[in-house]
Amino acid sequence: MISFSAVSKVYPDGTTAVHDLSLEIPAGRITVFVGPSGCGKTTSLRMINRMIEPTSGVITIDGTDTRQIDAPQLRRGIGYVIQNAGLFPHRTVADNIATVPVLQGVTRREARRRATELLERVGLPTSMARRYPAQLSGGQQQRVGVARALAADPPVMLMDEPFSAVDPVVREQLQTEFLRLQEELGKTIVFVTHDIDEAVRLGDRIAVFATGGHLAQYAVPADVLRRPADDFVAGFVGRDRGYRALSFAGATGLPVQREPTVRMGAAAPQGPGGGEHRWALVVDDDGRPRGWLDRDALSPGDPIGLQHLRLGGSLAAPGYSLRTALDAALSSPSGRGVAVDDAGVAIGTITLADVVAAIEATDRTALADPAGDDAGAWSPPVLAKGAERTVPAGDRGVPR
Amino acid sequence: MTAAWDFLTTAANWSGTDGIWTRFTEHLFYTLLSVVIAALVALPLGAVIGHTGRGVAAIAGVANALRALPTLGLLTVLTLWSFGLLTGQLARLGPSIVVLVVLAVPPILSNTYAGIAAVDPAARDAARGMGMTGSQVLLRVELPVAMPLVLSGVRSAYLQVVATATIAAVVGLGGFGRYVVDGLAQQLYGKMVAGALLVALMAVIGDRLIALVGRFLVSPGLSGRRVREKAQEAEAGFAAVPPT
Amino acid sequence: MNWDWLGRNSDRIVDLFVQHAWLAAAATLVGLVVALPLGAVAFRYRWTYPPLTTLAGLLYTIPSLALFVVLPGILGTRILDPVNVVIALTVYTVALLVRVVADALASVPEAVRQSATAMGYRPVRSLVTVQFPLAVPVIGAGLRVAAVSNVSLVSVAALLGVEQLGSLFTEGFQLNFFTPIAAGILLSLLLAVLFDVVIVLATRLSTPWARAVPSR
Repeated sequence: MISFSAVSKVYPDGTTAVHDLSLEIPAGRITVFVGPSGCGKTTSLRMINRMIEPTSGVITIDGTDTRQIDAPQLRRGIGYVIQNAGLFPHRTVADNIATVPVLQGVTRREARRRATELLERVGLPTSMARRYPAQLSGGQQQRVGVARALAADPPVMLMDEPFSAVDPVVREQLQTEFLRLQEELGKTIVFVTHDIDEAVRLGDRIAVFATGGHLAQYAVPADVLRRPADDFVAGFVGRDRGYRALSFAGATGLPVQREPTVRMGAAAPQGPGGGEHRWALVVDDDGRPRGWLDRDALSPGDPIGLQHLRLGGSLAAPGYSLRTALDAALSSPSGRGVAVDDAGVAIGTITLADVVAAIEATDRTALADPAGDDAGAWSPPVLAKGAERTVPAGDRGVPR
Repeated sequence: MTAAWDFLTTAANWSGTDGIWTRFTEHLFYTLLSVVIAALVALPLGAVIGHTGRGVAAIAGVANALRALPTLGLLTVLTLWSFGLLTGQLARLGPSIVVLVVLAVPPILSNTYAGIAAVDPAARDAARGMGMTGSQVLLRVELPVAMPLVLSGVRSAYLQVVATATIAAVVGLGGFGRYVVDGLAQQLYGKMVAGALLVALMAVIGDRLIALVGRFLVSPGLSGRRVREKAQEAEAGFAAVPPT
Repeated sequence: MNWDWLGRNSDRIVDLFVQHAWLAAAATLVGLVVALPLGAVAFRYRWTYPPLTTLAGLLYTIPSLALFVVLPGILGTRILDPVNVVIALTVYTVALLVRVVADALASVPEAVRQSATAMGYRPVRSLVTVQFPLAVPVIGAGLRVAAVSNVSLVSVAALLGVEQLGSLFTEGFQLNFFTPIAAGILLSLLLAVLFDVVIVLATRLSTPWARAVPSR
């Protein structure tokens, strides 16, 4: 456990970066520091490994005051990942990952061997071990950065906007894999971001920082969305917070309707078109959804090609939330969202009307009052976070 | 030109105290001595300035002033001055070496500084964040990353010194400059041109040799195109001064 | 300082100063004029950039004294002819500025270049009326380096007997007499500062937009 007690950082020019911060960061969980730029979130993070020294107050890790440990020694025991990875350009990927073990006296050979194992762990081929950072893409560099931080198996990891410099598709992949990795490793992670969506998605707990280095709210993500502590937090989480809060509402009770499907390349179905029958769900040979066919645009009997399909639309994967269900229904031309199983095979559809009914049936007080958590429709936050762990974009059955 | 060819192909001109081998050894001795002393001064100083970020303005000022200072003037004034103080070989050699060192320090110094200053701040931050001490950051990250620029600083220092050592023949030093100065006095154009060609050859070959050694000192991770462009930028800042 | 000697030789010193200034200025200007089109070529046809800059780097490794001595043999001029000095220094200036001009043109924002093309500028006109003016600050910085080192290099030609401020160094040395050397060094520095100031002023005057303060 990391604990801040009455920690402040005031620079010589009088600027207050962090004001009287008291905070307990639970072990084995992801705690996200979020806030606008200049709110002191990065300063707070960097005070944990003494990259910045507090002006006053005490920071302890597992009860030990960090000031009692020699700074470089302290840092070797804490993983550190930053925005642009900060890889050493003159060292190979393996030697980059081996940095801290080598500093701790592990032989280079042994450290390199472990580095190669870590590469697989972060989803990179071991053949990359001998490459140099300049030969990697931004996303690959960031994965190496995570592997480097994990190399000495530190119990605590500090991550400063690690996924901010990569494009949105790669960012989503990295987030997904980061959550998978954390499920295996159970590190104590402090994660800084300015992106509330990322905070909600990754955090077990969120600390919202306000300008001037004040801690505005410290709570589980669902609480931050449902019951912002003040106007600042309400403004920061934004207008979509009602919609986002649906992420924490499980949709297990939602009825899944049977949906007839047509195979790619098969003849367009006979029978009445128009109305709810205008759209037909087209699947590939494995039963994975490919898109919706507009039957009005194709004569019955003609073979179905890719050019006839309305592509895209999100899918509701197992364990989905109301937010996912709503989005699946809204993004489908037929008004019916496609539900899939673990293998990505279409199991039926969810109608927009059912989703809306489910939202209406939800205990509204839960939106305003976290005490409503025990109302049946709401899953506990930690489980609900799993609901948002959808399959990475590239693996989805429907082309985007 | 044919006279120069004759000079170079006459066997007698290759041996003896005024022979090409002797002059080459002398020239090489002055050059290596000066570059090594300059590197011993400039490398640690540049590293400290780059690491701490202090004294940058002073470096820029000194480099500019030295660029404008006429080397020949400096050589003559220092030699005359040392004749009044010292005697023998040291009186001749001392001031010339001082001038050569003074010329060789700025390129190595400013390139070392610039190379370290150009290190990606994220890499430096990561190094500290992973628990490297100040000197570990300097020795394991900053200097290796700055190596391409440091080497190009050593190359331009070498070129400056080879060229200026030629001029030092005026104040009585040996080396290839003797052929140019003596050839002029004796009205032997072939001898002058031969001396000039030998110096040019020594400059070009030495420059290539240092570049070759550099390949072993610079990590392949740094010789990628992106890094090379950065190096050229910084190089254009100082090293791009023609040798005197 | 022997002020008497300075007074008696003031006419000659002024002559040497003027000669020195002329040699350095001629080489700098001719070098600039040659380097502009070459740099534009190196920028516009990217494949010419590596060979041109490599050649420039090679020219740099040739010591100036060697070039002063060898050039008469190549050009057929007399060894005392000041033209040798101007040509040798022009070679260095061109070698320095080709890369500077190419890099300066590359520093002009792509959007500006493209809008000039979009408005119907032909390549050469876009280069002369849009890109070169915008590249002036960077080219000016390179020109300062070239000019100042030219001033310093000219004095080396005194070894061959070409008259300019450097002659004061060789004479002072032969006579074991400090005054001319000191005067030569000071005047040489003065000239370098003068050149520097002229180029800085010219750069500023030709780029009024660089000093424009963004208004609300």
